[in-house]
Amino acid sequence: MGTVVVDVMLKSEILDPQGQAVAGALPRLGFDQFTDVRQGKRFELTVAGEVTDEVLAAARSAAETMLSNPVIEDVVGVRAELNEAESQAAEPLA
Amino acid sequence: MRIGVVTFPGSLDDHDAHRAVRVAGGEPVSLWHGDDSLRDVDAVVLPGGFSYGDYLRAGAIARFAPVMTALIPAAQGGLPVLGICNGFQILCESHLLPGAMIQNDHRTFICREQRLRVENVATAWTSDFEKGAEITIVLKNQDGQYVADRRTLDELEGEGRVAFRYVVDTPEAASAVKYDRFASRNPNGSYRDIAGLTNERGNVVGLMPHPEHAIEEGYGPSLDGLKFFTAVLKSVVNR
Repeated sequence: MGTVVVDVMLKSEILDPQGQAVAGALPRLGFDQFTDVRQGKRFELTVAGEVTDEVLAAARSAAETMLSNPVIEDVVGVRAELNEAESQAAEPLA
Repeated sequence: MRIGVVTFPGSLDDHDAHRAVRVAGGEPVSLWHGDDSLRDVDAVVLPGGFSYGDYLRAGAIARFAPVMTALIPAAQGGLPVLGICNGFQILCESHLLPGAMIQNDHRTFICREQRLRVENVATAWTSDFEKGAEITIVLKNQDGQYVADRRTLDELEGEGRVAFRYVVDTPEAASAVKYDRFASRNPNGSYRDIAGLTNERGNVVGLMPHPEHAIEEGYGPSLDGLKFFTAVLKSVVNR
């Protein structure tokens, strides 16, 4: 089982009311070092088999036609994510 | 005269749209999001609401509903289509109208009686208005901020395709209006005060405020909304 992660962000010239709300609330908790916050969307697309080049191409196409609206958003990332077994092999838990 | 009203999962104002069509003298016809048939209607209303919960983006999932695969080519072929609120968002997501809608800049839901100026009276849905007329209908939305890039905005204005603009008072006039925080600014941050648009041909119109809530004495702020529906009935006759 493989997963493709798609990240979508509002274009920088578009006002981000959600990000502004978060930015406004952070200092109340003492986090006053962050001058701006922008909030995006992360999609995890799961396939039964491995994440092949074809799967990535399909994910890219889905990202551009449906997961984002090119008028206001950019697709900033489409990448295969390691599955759990692989990531554990790479970084064994202590 | 058969005017179709599409019901998506999460549509709210489809019944009011039906009623508006009937009060104007037309025959409302229910269209279902899952059907790819337009049932031979003469015009279509995409009503307000929160189709598919507004998940992903307002109107984004509705735009791929089976009924839209029939509606998009029909609209491109000249079928009169009115998108109200969520319907306007769906028209933008379908690229039948340019630009997009994002959250109100003040981040709160808004529900108010809103003054608009009618700027294009050559469309299928606005021909019963006088150019420059001020009308008052209901506005209620969360994601009502119209945005587009500068080139698109210039093009829309150059071609007279801004059908409706929010009426914004001067600071002096606004200071006389108590308790109205939107007297001297538009109510959702829309670029260039745009409240509604038309396509080049004038058959597709989308707007954020709700004409279908202003059609009867005793309900809503005026009867201004009725003219949208009487106009389209005439345009269908003359087509």
